[in-house]
Order: sequence, then structure tokens, then C-alpha cells
Amino acid sequence: MSTSVMNHDAHGHEHHDSGSTTLFGFWLYLMTDCLLFASVFATYAVLFMNTAGGPSGHDIFELDYVLIETFALLFSSITYGFAMIGAQRGNQRATLLWLAVTFVLGAVFIGMEVNEFSHLIHEGFGPQRSAFLTAFFSLVGMHGLHVTAGLIWMAVLMLEVKKRGLKPRTVTRVGCLSLFWHFLDVVWICVFTVVYLMGAVS
Amino acid sequence: MFGKLTLDALPLHVPIVMGTLAVVAVLGLALVIAITKYGKWGYLWREWITSVDHKRLGVMYIILAQVMMLRGFADAIMMRTQLAVATNGAEGYLPPEHYDQIFTAHGVIMIIFMAMPFMIGLMNIVLPLQIGARDVAFPFLNNLSFWLAVAGALLVNISLAVGEFAKTGWVAYPPLSGINYSPGSGVDYYIWALQISGIGTTLTGVNFIATVLKMRAPGMKLMQMPIFTWACTWANILIVASFPILTGALAMLTLDRYLGFHFFTNDLGGNAMMYINLFWAWGHPEVYILVLPAFGIFSEVISTFSGKRLFGYTSMVVASGAISILGFIVWLHHFFTMGSSADVNAFFGVTTMIIAVPTGVKLFNWLFTMYKGRVQFKPPVLWTLGFMVTFTIGGMTGVLLSVPGADYVLHNSLFLIAHFHNTILGGAVFGYMAGFAYWFPKAMGYKLDEKWGKRAFWFWQIGFYVAFMPLYVLGFLGMTRRMNHTDNPDWNMWLYIACAGAFIIGLGVVSQLIQLYVSYRDREKNRDVTGDPWNGHTLEWSTMSPPQFYNFAKDPVVSDIDAFTDMKEKGTAYQRPEKYEPIHMPCNTGAGFIMGMLLTVFGFAFVWHIWWLVVITLLGTIATFIKRCYDTDVDYYVQPDEIENIENAHLAAVQSTLKA
Amino acid sequence: MSQHEQANHGHDHGVKPYVIGFILAVILTVIPFWLVMDGVLSKGATLWTIVIMAVVQIAVHLKYFLHLSFTTEDGRLNSFTFLFSALIIVLVVGLSVWIIYASNAMMMG
Repeated sequence: MSTSVMNHDAHGHEHHDSGSTTLFGFWLYLMTDCLLFASVFATYAVLFMNTAGGPSGHDIFELDYVLIETFALLFSSITYGFAMIGAQRGNQRATLLWLAVTFVLGAVFIGMEVNEFSHLIHEGFGPQRSAFLTAFFSLVGMHGLHVTAGLIWMAVLMLEVKKRGLKPRTVTRVGCLSLFWHFLDVVWICVFTVVYLMGAVS
Repeated sequence: MFGKLTLDALPLHVPIVMGTLAVVAVLGLALVIAITKYGKWGYLWREWITSVDHKRLGVMYIILAQVMMLRGFADAIMMRTQLAVATNGAEGYLPPEHYDQIFTAHGVIMIIFMAMPFMIGLMNIVLPLQIGARDVAFPFLNNLSFWLAVAGALLVNISLAVGEFAKTGWVAYPPLSGINYSPGSGVDYYIWALQISGIGTTLTGVNFIATVLKMRAPGMKLMQMPIFTWACTWANILIVASFPILTGALAMLTLDRYLGFHFFTNDLGGNAMMYINLFWAWGHPEVYILVLPAFGIFSEVISTFSGKRLFGYTSMVVASGAISILGFIVWLHHFFTMGSSADVNAFFGVTTMIIAVPTGVKLFNWLFTMYKGRVQFKPPVLWTLGFMVTFTIGGMTGVLLSVPGADYVLHNSLFLIAHFHNTILGGAVFGYMAGFAYWFPKAMGYKLDEKWGKRAFWFWQIGFYVAFMPLYVLGFLGMTRRMNHTDNPDWNMWLYIACAGAFIIGLGVVSQLIQLYVSYRDREKNRDVTGDPWNGHTLEWSTMSPPQFYNFAKDPVVSDIDAFTDMKEKGTAYQRPEKYEPIHMPCNTGAGFIMGMLLTVFGFAFVWHIWWLVVITLLGTIATFIKRCYDTDVDYYVQPDEIENIENAHLAAVQSTLKA
Repeated sequence: MSQHEQANHGHDHGVKPYVIGFILAVILTVIPFWLVMDGVLSKGATLWTIVIMAVVQIAVHLKYFLHLSFTTEDGRLNSFTFLFSALIIVLVVGLSVWIIYASNAMMMG
């Protein structure tokens, strides 16, 4: 049913182009997400000095570790790009392969972040320690939650690509996840700059 | 097993609540029996609950809004009577911990669960029709948004029966709303009700922006969209830009309350001012979200019933845009008294004053639209005229409050209460009433009774002044808001008058209920046969009443702002195309309803710390969503012969009326 | 996959933009980390540099990975939506920080 509908869509000129509407709608959703991150960033900006006798960013950030995390995410961006190209060209094998590579890189990033968090909590520097740590854990953790959601989505999407092939609806979804994934990378630029780098400087 | 939930959470010892619950239970039972007796469960499920049709969803939104209006209005009556009897040091009949829940619930319900659903309901019914679209961009998402709004409303009402509602005022400022000062379930109900419905609202905003930008009829340029559609578009832009801030602020408050974080606590470096700041960075745009669509309604109504084009269409669109952007740089005026620097207060005071300018432009546009027109004084016009006077007064007191020095005196006094009821009631709600009367025949197929409509208007209008003008005086006399009882003889007279005003508005509400009954009883007499009862200007009037489920058999081609007037003048309206094409339609789905109900339970479980239930309902919601995403049977085609039958019936009705 | 189905899903941008974007992103990531870790510049200069690098890198991502452009209709729509959001973000974040810092200063004084 959906195939016939989609094919018809592509022919029928009276219809709006549903793939492009979906992508635009998803982009709008990302803008709302942007504002959600912005409000948490603003909160971080007003709370980061309130260490309440606890550690400051300068005391707890390990930049070489963060650099590796950043590179995991950066590599996952270009590998997702290759998956996207595979999908647009109808190459199922390439799409699956690159999605799998991206998944692994995303998982590495999340694993490292969980490790960093558990170390901090173990040392007694959990989010309940001070307003600074509250804001730090929440901001970085919110990004991490988004990446985790992206990973779950990616897993489900790989199943769809494998089972149903690259039908137009599926390719649109690969496109939406592409926007999501690259968007998270943009947020991460803000996170490592504002939280880690600026925190380590001051 | 049941977290913090025990039998103590039931209000067995509060007679008022128990009485209310008994009435609700009896009415609910009667409804269930009636639906079962007439065998309407299947019909309800297939045609309404699972519907992805924007018109049906719009009707359901408005039903939700009106039910919640009754609840919110009951709260208002209780508060006013309490204050009228609790003078000279008397205690009245509402103890403080109950009274505090009532004023919080009144604010939350009226803003989030009355005004918002009313506005979104009207937008749902009208906007896709006005731009000549068959549905919204994402019909399933639209259904989901509605059920998320219902989930929030359910949580607020459940709090009446199990536990309590917040006692913090509708803004829930920390540290009062923090776990130390509000350890009960009230603030948690507040958080989850707002959070769940707020996410639904955000999705609505996304949905309608995509609809407007991607699905306009062929030929319709952006600057040819009907003015109501434009007003809603600005409101949706504000929704998309501001609701995430509320989501963020509430999420932080949640973390503070549930996990002992320190965003807004008094200790360990938290900053409660940041909550207030974020809340109003959402809250101020929110009032424009409420009022801009109302402005759009007034524009449509005044133009239609003056028999003229709207004066200054372009300036109207630009003014709405200016209000929208300016609406994002004024929010500090809600907390001048927080005591930021003089620079900050001056900046926000000046931007607030500037906002009066585009609003003034609009008022002059409406006046010039009426000028030399043949104004028909039907109920929608009465609401519009009532608005123009009432809102102007509200606007002027607003400009007064925008002066930081004056605000220091009047902040949190009843002057403020009078001011914002003056703008939200006299601006937004009067607009929805006008829109309700204006588009009712379009949605239901018959007109509302005019006699009772006029009575309702006059009771509301007079009641409004009697209820709220005394509050300005009380504000000047120094009475602050949220007081449970008073002991100042100078205030008594004004409190009595305000209470009387609330009852006059009550007569208005009763008149509206009677109006609905009478209109339904006489529906055959009031039937709108042609679909164009008011000689309308825009495309929604070119459809049947109620519209065909596919809206338009053929995409209308638009070349004018008043597209339907243009077609009628050129003689191209009601033309029968040579042949009908199959129409692509989305299927109904129960996924939105299931997710809404699961999230209601999710919110409830979160309030009572029933963690296993939280996990199950959350996973259930995600699974339902994924399953829905991978459904392949999501759309179908309406065949040309079916379309032809429906269209022929409409055209025949139009022809016979035009001849007569 | 036939031609018109392709049209549903935007352009096939090819490998090139991803490679260019990736190389630029690597450069724009390594430099600020290096500046901070090795403390080459003064504090003020470091802060300004890393902020500028971040803004440039965001632009790089938007152009090469998210394919924002002003040449196609869909691209323009996405770009203007983004610019509007960016404006609101600047207003909300900027004014919030101003408000809270100013009131903090009042309390200190």
C-alpha cells in the first residue's frame, strides 16, 4: 500500500512533496530542540561559577579525554554522511555498513561519557554537590541522552533498511536521522567550547 | 509497590471536594450509560477518538476547552465568594491550603487547558481550510498533540481526587515549589500536567508551521494568506520558539525535586531567579500566543460583517510580526521587583512600551475597516466591539505597569490581576467567543441561536466590568493577590461588587450553555445549507458545512487575499470540474490516544514515585510510537464517484439557495 | 531507484562536501584544544579565539553536513528558519545572562 501511494505521490502534481515536508517538519522540531539546549546553556552560564566549595571545571575536566570523545563524534558525522549518500544512491549494503560504523562511534562516545560521569560521581562530585555540577551534568547529560535516543533510532532504522530496503519513506527517515545526528554534533561544538574549554581556561 | 501513594491521598475529609467528585462521578456514569445504551462506543472510537481529521480534532479541542472552562470558572466563583465572606477577619469557608490550590488550578486551567485548547481548536478547524489544504502536514501528530493536551488536563483533574494540586500559584516559583517547601504531590502534578501538554503544544506549532509553509493552495503567496492564518502562523512561531524554554525550566525543577539537583535551591549555589527568568521567557510569548489568533479572528469578523475588505492587511501582518519579535524582549517586566539593575529595568520597560505601538496599529485598522461599512451587529461583532473597548483599557493599564517605578508599587497587587484579566479575557477569550460564534456553522452545520448569544455577550461584558474594575481600585488600596481573607473595612465594598460581577459572568456562562441547547434543538431551522452563511471572504466558506472530510474536491487556485470573494466576483465559485481525481487521505489511528493515556499514567506514576509503572508506561509509549512509524497501512484513496456524489449534493444545495 | 523518487529526498550531495567539512572541522577542533591545553595565548585571547573557532565550525557543519543553502527553495526555508531560531537564542540567552549577572552584581554591591 505505502509503495503505491509513494509512487503516486511522486507523479501526482497536485500533491505536496511529502518527503520534503517531513524533512522540513523535522528541521522545525530540531529548532525547538535548539531552544531547549539554549535554555540549559543559559542556565549553565549563570550557574557555572557557583561551585559552593566544590570543584570547578578547571579541577575536574580532562581535555585529552574530551578530545577523543569529540573525535568519535566528528568521525561519526562523516560516516553518517557516507550512509546518507548510500541511501540516496539506493545502495543498501553501503547504507547498512556506514550506519553500523556510525553506531559504533556513537556508542564509543556514550560509553566514554558514562565512564566520565561515573568517575566524577564516584569521587563525590555528583550533580548534587553544587549548582555548577548540577548544570554540568544536566547539560552534558542532556546531549548524551539525545545521542542515546539517536542510537536507538539508528538501530531501528537499520532493521527497517535491512527488511524493507530503501523505499522512499525509509530514505526520508535516513535523511531525518542525518539532520538529527549532525545537529547533535553542532550542539557538541557548543558543549566542548563553552563547558570544557572555557571551563578549563578559567 | 505504590510508591508514596496511600489512602491518605484521598480527600475523604474535605466535603467540598468529595461533593464535586460525587457530581463528576454521577455525570460520568450517566455519560457512560448513555453511550452504551445508544451503542455509540464504536462510533466514538472510529470517528472521533482515532480521527486524524483536523476538523474533528478542532471540535474535540474546543469541547476540552469548554469543559475545562467550567472547572476554571467554578474555581473563580469559589475564590470570589470566599473573599466576599472572609472580610473583617472572618475565615470564610475555604481553608488556606485548599484556597491556595484553587487559585493555582484556576490559573493553570484557564491558561493551559482552556485558552490554549480553545485557540488551537479554532486554528485546527479553520486554518487548513483557509489555505485550501486537505489536512495538516502531519495528521497523526495532530491527533497525538490533542491527546497529550487531554493527558495534561486529566492529570490536573486527577489531582482533585488523589493527593493535591500545587499551592504555589500558577507560576510555581522556587524555592517555594522546591521539595523543601512543597513536599506534597501538588507541584509534581503541576509539573507533569504542564510538561506533557506542553510537548503536545510544541508539536502543534511544528505541524502548523509546516502546513502553512508547505501546503498552501496553488497560487496562494505568503502575503495572500487570510489574516487569521497569518495571526496563527505568528502564534505558532512563538510556540515553537518559546515552549521549549518552559520544557527546559520544568525539567530542571523536576531534577531539583526528584534527584536533589541544585538549579533553583537556596543552598549549594542554586539560583531561583533563573527559574523565574526562564518561566517568563516562555510566559510572555505565551500571552501573545493566546492573543494573536484572537486578533486574527477579530480581523476576519470585522471584515466579513462590515462587508468590506480588511483595512491595512499588510500592516496587520507586519504588526503581528513586530509583536512576536518584541514579545521576546520584554519578559523581565513580570519581575521588575526582583531588583535587577536600573539599566535592565529601563531596557525592558521601554521595549514593553514599544509593544503598544503595533497593537495600536491593529486597533486603528479595525476601526477603519468598519468606517463606512455596513456593520451587522451579530454576536461575533458584539464580542469584537466589546473587545476593542475592554482590551484598550487593559492595554493602557499595561503601559502603566511597564513603568518600573509604578510597577514597584503595583506589583502583585490586585491591580495586576485586573490588568491581565482585562487583556486575556477581554482580548483572547472574547476573540475565541467571536470565533466560536463565527465558525460554529462551518464546524457543526447550523448557526448558533442569536438571541441567547447576545444575552451571553451582555452578561459577560457587564459582568466583566463589575468583576474586574473593583480590582483596580483594590490594587490602589493596597490589597495584594492570593489573599485568603482580609481585615480592612475599606476593601469590603469592592470585594462584594467583584463577587457580584463574577455571578453576572456566571449568567453569561449559563446563557452560553442554553444557547448551545437551543441551537441544537432548532438545528433544522438554523441549518447552513450553502456552507457560506455570512457571505464570507475566505476559502473555508467555499466548502460545505460541516466540510467534506477531504475539504476540497479539487485544489482551489488562489489569486487574491479574499480568495472566495474573488471567486464569487469572477463567477468561478462553485464550479463543477470536468472530472474528479482520486484523493489521497490519511487513515485514522489509535496510536495517539494510546500514547496519551499511557503518558497520563506515566505522569501519575511519576507524581507518586511508582517507578515500575513509570518504566512500563514510558516503554509502552515509545513502543507504540515506533510501531506506528513502521505501520504501512497509513493512507488510502477516496474514489472519484464518491467525491462526485458528495460534491453534487453540495452544488445542488447551493444552486437552489441562490435561486431562492 | 527511479529519478523522480530521488527528487523526494533532496539532492545527492556526493562525498565532496562531507570530506571538506570533515577536514575543516578537524582543524577547527584541534586548534582550540591545543590553545587551551598548551596555554599558548593569554587568557582573554584564548577565550576569544575558541569562541570564534566554535562559531566558524558551526557554520562549517551547517553548510557541509546539514546542507543549509540559499540557492534552493527548501534550502532557503531551512536557512531562514535556522536564522530566526538563532536570533531568538541570542535574545533569550543574552538577555537572561545580562539579567542574572546584573542582579548578582546588585546583591554584591
